[in-house]
Amino acid sequence: METLVFALLNGVIYGLLLFMLSSGLTLIFSMMGVLNFAHASFYMLGAYLAFTIMEGTSFWIALFLAPVLVGLVGMVVERYGLRRVHAQGHVAELLFTFGLAYLIDEVVKIFWGRTAVNYRVPELLDFPLFTLYGAQYPAYRIFILFVAAFMLVALWYLLKRTRAGLIIQAALTHPHMVGSLGHNVPLIFMSVFGVGCALAGLAGVIGGNYFVTDPAMAVQMGPIVFVVVVVGGLGSLEGAFVAAMLIGLLQTSAISINASLADIFGFLGLGPHTEVGEITIASMAPMLPFLLLVLILMIRPRGLMGEREV
Amino acid sequence: MTDMTATYAALEPSRAEKFRQRTVPLIAFAVLLLVIPLFNPSRSMVTLLNHMGITIVFALSYNMLLGRAGLLSFGHAVYMGLGGYFAVHVMNWVADGSGFWGAVPVFTMPAFGFGAGALAGAVIGWPSCRRAGTPFAMISLGVAELVAAAGFMFDSLFGGEMGISGDRMSGPEFLGLSLGPVDEVYWFIAFWTFIGVLGTYAFTRTPLGKLSEATRDNPERVEFVGYSPQRVRYLVFIFAGAFAGMAGGMSAVQDEIFTPENLSLIPSGAILIATYVGGIRYFTGPIMGAIIMTYMGSNLSDYTAGWLLYLGLMFVGVVMFLPNGIAGIVYGTTDTIRAGRLGEVWQSWLIRLAGLVLIATSVITIVEVAFRWSEGYGEVFEPFGLHLDTTNLLTWVLGVVPLVLGVLLVLKSAKGESK
Repeated sequence: METLVFALLNGVIYGLLLFMLSSGLTLIFSMMGVLNFAHASFYMLGAYLAFTIMEGTSFWIALFLAPVLVGLVGMVVERYGLRRVHAQGHVAELLFTFGLAYLIDEVVKIFWGRTAVNYRVPELLDFPLFTLYGAQYPAYRIFILFVAAFMLVALWYLLKRTRAGLIIQAALTHPHMVGSLGHNVPLIFMSVFGVGCALAGLAGVIGGNYFVTDPAMAVQMGPIVFVVVVVGGLGSLEGAFVAAMLIGLLQTSAISINASLADIFGFLGLGPHTEVGEITIASMAPMLPFLLLVLILMIRPRGLMGEREV
Repeated sequence: MTDMTATYAALEPSRAEKFRQRTVPLIAFAVLLLVIPLFNPSRSMVTLLNHMGITIVFALSYNMLLGRAGLLSFGHAVYMGLGGYFAVHVMNWVADGSGFWGAVPVFTMPAFGFGAGALAGAVIGWPSCRRAGTPFAMISLGVAELVAAAGFMFDSLFGGEMGISGDRMSGPEFLGLSLGPVDEVYWFIAFWTFIGVLGTYAFTRTPLGKLSEATRDNPERVEFVGYSPQRVRYLVFIFAGAFAGMAGGMSAVQDEIFTPENLSLIPSGAILIATYVGGIRYFTGPIMGAIIMTYMGSNLSDYTAGWLLYLGLMFVGVVMFLPNGIAGIVYGTTDTIRAGRLGEVWQSWLIRLAGLVLIATSVITIVEVAFRWSEGYGEVFEPFGLHLDTTNLLTWVLGVVPLVLGVLLVLKSAKGESK
């Protein structure tokens, strides 16, 4: 029971962070067809910028300023990079963002060094909020939960209840028609790209001190975010939400299961001291999202809730 | 009817043309491989050449997918890695020397790698080749992550973090090569590089090779003609895996070790960059890319800590402005000269060259100064006796002014060309 509750709580928080990252990516992907390889690099950039701003001022200023800065960088990238490459097709775009991820990695190493920076939870939130089964639960995790939930509601309101959201939704499926109606589609693309990157930056600001802020964080997070987008389905924020939660819970609960394959498949004659039998579920946790990705692409290419095939 | 056939016959290249375009370059390549040892290259140079040979075969196999079949893979190192691992295991069986394996010369390792790579391609390709484009790229990424993670899990097959090492001097000698010293390994690598180049080139001439290009350009029409694009992709994928496995076998003999790192996304990304920078639309593009990248990887890293950044800048630059890569520049230049149009374009070329040199000056200044600042040892970038530190005004002038001028010049030459 104890492990289950903690796994559930941590899984939900991890899932919400994943959703914050993938919501921007899924919007960009479904609108422009660009699977932005550098999306997790913007997440890393958000964490590092927040670290620097926090050193100079306070965490609360960083919480607002860092995502805005990351969003601006994203808009510049779209305007002067992606738009240029767009004419050469999707493979060229994918390659461009692949190179961009590479560049952001190197630039981060120049400015902030090759080792992890000491990006800490703000003192105001650095206390145990409640005690559960004798273990203290940090307040910052609940703060993450609230920020993510607030962002979720704000995004939902923006997309489903405002005029701007209506136009964005239309541009997802019928960009030419929206253009013919007099809307500036390139500007919409640029803004969506910027907002998507800003969301990734926000995830970096609140996730960077929850995990570790080091130059490897983009490489670790990037592929998992792809998995969320593909599993959730193209252009479906609901799908991305379900997939993010699924993967968040799957991974955190797998880590807390100590059973080995021999314990589970013992009835098939798998010995506990063979090489396969010794593998624990916990050590398989990092592989699970990719297993899910390959399975989904083979069995149901349009993802859980997608309307079109990838 | 006879008229028609007559016209078609006239369109076919003459035997002399075929010989000049297809056979002569291969002969020249073989001669080059034979001549190189006459210059007495140093040991480290030979090692570098050996790695170039391996990368050439690997890049060519990758281009069977990316350039010819239009399949972007983020996990091609999986096949080189699995081929190489199998070759290392075979080398160890050879060293045990019992039964059949005792008679197998280490010289044949790339053939075993070829087989293992083909098998891996056949197994993994079956689910991944159903779709092209982004889904294919995503599946290749997922598979690469899975295989790399499995590599760290099954120690008896992959040897854990330490990897598995072999001994290339075991087993019977072949053609009097003990494969001990690197210059003997050179002959081994040269032989298999030639086989690799010949094999991948021959593949482009087969009906399957032609069909793979057709599938890249228009899968629907291929289907109308009566072929299954899925099947074409699958077969090409198996061959690409096989040649990658062959490169793995070559690498197993040269370096005598394989680790799970060899299966990961890092070598897959490196070969993607090398192939693309070389130029994916030309057969020789990946060869050029492999040579340049291997050279840069081993030499530039001695000069500057920022070589990965230069690599990234170069890659992004090629993707944005030079989709045909280095081979595109080489062939574009020779074509212009051959057509006698050099007189019209040399001014615009000179302006562009000057612009690029100016941009490079700025970029190098910024990167070098930034890296020294970031390391924090107080080291100063001092090219040509200049003392460029962060407080020097000249540093900032050199970082900005040539960049602006260079961009203006390049834009001007681009404008002149489009007129």
